[in-house]
Amino acid sequence: MAAAWRISSLISRSLSVPPAFLSLGRNSSLRRGVHRFSTAALIEEPITPPVQINHTKLLINGQFVDSASGKTFPTLDPRTGDVIAHVAEGDAEDINRAVSAARKAFDEGPWPRMTAYERSRILLRFADLVEKHSDELAALEAWNCGKPYEQAAKSELPLFVRLFHYYAGWADKIHGLTVPADGPYDVQTLHEPIGVAGQIIPWNFPLVMFAWKVGPALACGNTIVLKTAEQTPLTALYVAKLFHEAGLPPGVLNIVSGFGPTAGAALASHMDVDKLAFTGSTETGKIVLELAAKSNLKPVTLELGGKSPFIICEDADIDKAVELAHFALFFNQGQCCCAGSRTFVHERIHDEFLEKSKARAMRRTVGDPFKKGIEQGPQIDTEQFEKVLRYIRSGIESKATLECGGGRLGSKGFYIKPTVFSNVQDDMLIAKDEIFGPVQSILKFNDLGDVIRRANATRYGLAAGVFTSNVDTANTLSRALKVGTVWVNCFDVFDAAIPFGGYKMSGIGREKGIYSLHNYLQVKAVVTPLKSPAWL
Amino acid sequence: MVSARRISSLLSRSLCLPPPSFLSLGRNSSLGRGVHRFSTAALIEEPITPPVQINHTKLLINGQFVDSASGKTFPTLDPRTGDVIAHVAEGDVEDINRAVSAARKAFDEGPWPRMTAYERSRILLRFADLVEKHSDELAALETWNNGKPYEQAAQTELPLIVRFFHYYAGWADKIHGLTVPADGPYHVKTLHEPIGVAGQIIPWNFPLVMFAWKVGPALACGNTIVLKTAEQTPLTALYISKLLYEAGLPPGVINIVSGFGPTAGAALASHMDVDKLAFTGSTNTGKIVLELAAKSNLKPVTLELGGKSPFIVCEDADVDKAVELAHAAVFYNQGQCCCAGSRTFVHERIYDEFLEKSKARAMRRTVGDPFKKGIEQGPQIDAEQFEKVLGYIRSGIESKATLECGGGRLGSKGFYIQPTVFSNVQDDMLIAKDEIFGPVQSILKFKDLGDVIRRANSTRYGLAAGVFTSNVDTANTLSRALRAGTVWVNCFDVFDAAIPFGGYKMSGIGRQKGIYSLHNYLQVKAVVTPLRSPAWL
Repeated sequence: MAAAWRISSLISRSLSVPPAFLSLGRNSSLRRGVHRFSTAALIEEPITPPVQINHTKLLINGQFVDSASGKTFPTLDPRTGDVIAHVAEGDAEDINRAVSAARKAFDEGPWPRMTAYERSRILLRFADLVEKHSDELAALEAWNCGKPYEQAAKSELPLFVRLFHYYAGWADKIHGLTVPADGPYDVQTLHEPIGVAGQIIPWNFPLVMFAWKVGPALACGNTIVLKTAEQTPLTALYVAKLFHEAGLPPGVLNIVSGFGPTAGAALASHMDVDKLAFTGSTETGKIVLELAAKSNLKPVTLELGGKSPFIICEDADIDKAVELAHFALFFNQGQCCCAGSRTFVHERIHDEFLEKSKARAMRRTVGDPFKKGIEQGPQIDTEQFEKVLRYIRSGIESKATLECGGGRLGSKGFYIKPTVFSNVQDDMLIAKDEIFGPVQSILKFNDLGDVIRRANATRYGLAAGVFTSNVDTANTLSRALKVGTVWVNCFDVFDAAIPFGGYKMSGIGREKGIYSLHNYLQVKAVVTPLKSPAWL
Repeated sequence: MVSARRISSLLSRSLCLPPPSFLSLGRNSSLGRGVHRFSTAALIEEPITPPVQINHTKLLINGQFVDSASGKTFPTLDPRTGDVIAHVAEGDVEDINRAVSAARKAFDEGPWPRMTAYERSRILLRFADLVEKHSDELAALETWNNGKPYEQAAQTELPLIVRFFHYYAGWADKIHGLTVPADGPYHVKTLHEPIGVAGQIIPWNFPLVMFAWKVGPALACGNTIVLKTAEQTPLTALYISKLLYEAGLPPGVINIVSGFGPTAGAALASHMDVDKLAFTGSTNTGKIVLELAAKSNLKPVTLELGGKSPFIVCEDADVDKAVELAHAAVFYNQGQCCCAGSRTFVHERIYDEFLEKSKARAMRRTVGDPFKKGIEQGPQIDAEQFEKVLGYIRSGIESKATLECGGGRLGSKGFYIQPTVFSNVQDDMLIAKDEIFGPVQSILKFKDLGDVIRRANSTRYGLAAGVFTSNVDTANTLSRALRAGTVWVNCFDVFDAAIPFGGYKMSGIGRQKGIYSLHNYLQVKAVVTPLRSPAWL
């Protein structure tokens, strides 16, 4: 899964101030008036979200429809665990209907047959509509997902709009090649849409993940069946409706709410789905790929878990490093696949870094995500909440030092205190597993070769942070770390053009940027003999 | 799997003759007049002794020829006779472990990824020169172990291999990452890094060409390799890999394990320390390979699998040329090509003439000892394939397709099969649906373009297609509509190094050859750094 915040440019530029960590630092200092996590009473009376829930059915062939079985499932408010809506529950039969609609829209419909410019215009109109409805969408996202409303409204929605502008621009720039031949032949490659794309997205960034998946697939002329996470079905239905208002032909984008073992497995196994893209856990990613292998060998892109190192070298500016490492881990309640969840600190600055990191975590404002100035809301659900608490217990049992936090906050909903462990060793579970919660593990290192080896000694390889003022150190680490993204003196920079994806068991393929187009195109070589060619 | 003949440019240009492939094909076949036709059963009496010694039968691990860990060997056969030509070390799980460990060390600690791309390029160029120097022996060994005509190996495939390594040597120092426009004050670049240890599993139909398709891009991108050959054809890969070391490849960069799929192949596909897997073979095995990758460490997998490629002859086609090309498209390499044009769709208005001429052409096909001059077709690879093809021929007869010629074994020794043509083939017959992988042409009738597009696409495969027409609109319509990785218009089996090859649907994942093949062997890493007071964004 992916963190998608970009407090840096989108926010900082609109406020006309410089780089990411500065705005973070300023943000946190603005929050003096808000309760800190040690105040347990803060979650008493949830603020009423300023949005109505209008769409809870499945969206198939341009129509909102009940599920074939008529079943629904409850979707919850992570602040309280209360039901906020009952949503149609898609199963194998609904996936069949959605695939059949997408198949028809691809094989017979106007979408792949209109000009790329026309497709581009629809994506642009969609981006405009999302911009217009940003406040409602952000409120719905915060309500269903528990993330701070300000984060959703000021970072994620602008990013969503920006991603669709980006992909709208690609639609009419997908070029094949003409290819030099070894004889008298005209050789060209056509970059064709692949067909019906199945897409399965996670609950941590429901809208941003929608944009990462849907943007390139539509820009390349495909049709889509998208399954949302069962925790967060609401915003995808809302934006998909806007897509149809923007002129998307029926059947091009179908949304099925439902669960992994039923709807998800049906999509991954479907013989008429030409491509699958999945974002989620490594464990589920393996199942998805296996289902593709056992069915029709649809190509699969995977964006999976991580245990990303954040390396602070001895020459780093400590205050900036503390703020950035804090942000790298705690952002979005720690629910980021690329979370900087192993904070490696050089021994010469370790003690100062630790003291300041602890202080920063204790200053973190936790509370109702709709409250102004809140940095951290609740975890997504009971299961994640319990899992994170188990890892905290495991950290304590394995003799890491609990510096702060370490338990539940309040008595309702899924709030967890920002937690910092020091004296973390590489072989502890909290240093090996993806916790996916607000738990920072601080490790000590003393030389560069050593930290490279340790940072790479994981099955994951999604991202890494590097904090140094030395250009040689930056270059050495950038090449040596086996990860898909290296952020040097920054973190979670998620521009549309920057590719994102994993080495090793963090995934297959890249999303965003020019690389993302490969996932949704087939390459066809067309070869014709030349008679009396003027040149070869 | 793959047909790799390019009789067109490589041959025709070196002979200074004019272009199109079907002409040179036609010329070849007319040269074969002095040779026995398939109807003469006596031709396979006394096999010609191959002009080559077998010097390498052990596994090649970390730059050394070694016995297998178990000490076991397996026999490799001469398809002309079924006789043993050598006993080869049989690699198993433990040998794969040793080979991966050598490749891992060569990647993590060795000089290969740390030398300049230019140095890697020079090694590949020296290797190409060595292969050129040993072409005759390599071609003889390939023919001996595989049964393909020696002239095809020597005059087409070996030059093609040399050409591939020149091509990939040229890529080595041209692998560029990008600098990327950011949405704020950041410097963004992408590094295109070698992916690490590549596992590669190649088939028996074009052992050397498949070696080149796999090894070329992996080495050009700076990876190290463990390659498993097909159990039918282990010999040439061992020979040629020794030449790679003579050219200066550091130890452990390429490791060759001879062995079987369920043991050595499965161990490679499941290995937790292999970073990438490339497989060429059947769709059934490809599914297993991908499943093993999914269950182990999620290594990215490229697959190049089976096909049932349509060859569409439109009513405006030059019938004689179309006959010759359709014949070559299916019969080339004993029909053992993944992209074989194995469904010959002919427009009804020219169907009868086409059929008569195709039958005559098949009956003229020269079958015999592949070392004999002018031979077009040798034996099938082994007893299993031989029986499978004969089984499909029986199925064609039973399903009431019309057997126009051939239909049985040729001779009494080895795995020779008569060139076989079926007419009146219907879409739902097994011979029109399954990959036969033998010298069996199925001719189907069509009458309109929409109809033939629908029928051509109604298969789980999507590897290639042939289109024969003089009308540019027809060519363009078919080129876009056919769901296949390669469309050859008025030609077939053009396999230049720069042309990507691979499948839609269940014919595979990814592309080999050309610029696209590099993606398979590179990881993309984004590196992002803030900018202070940038002069531009």
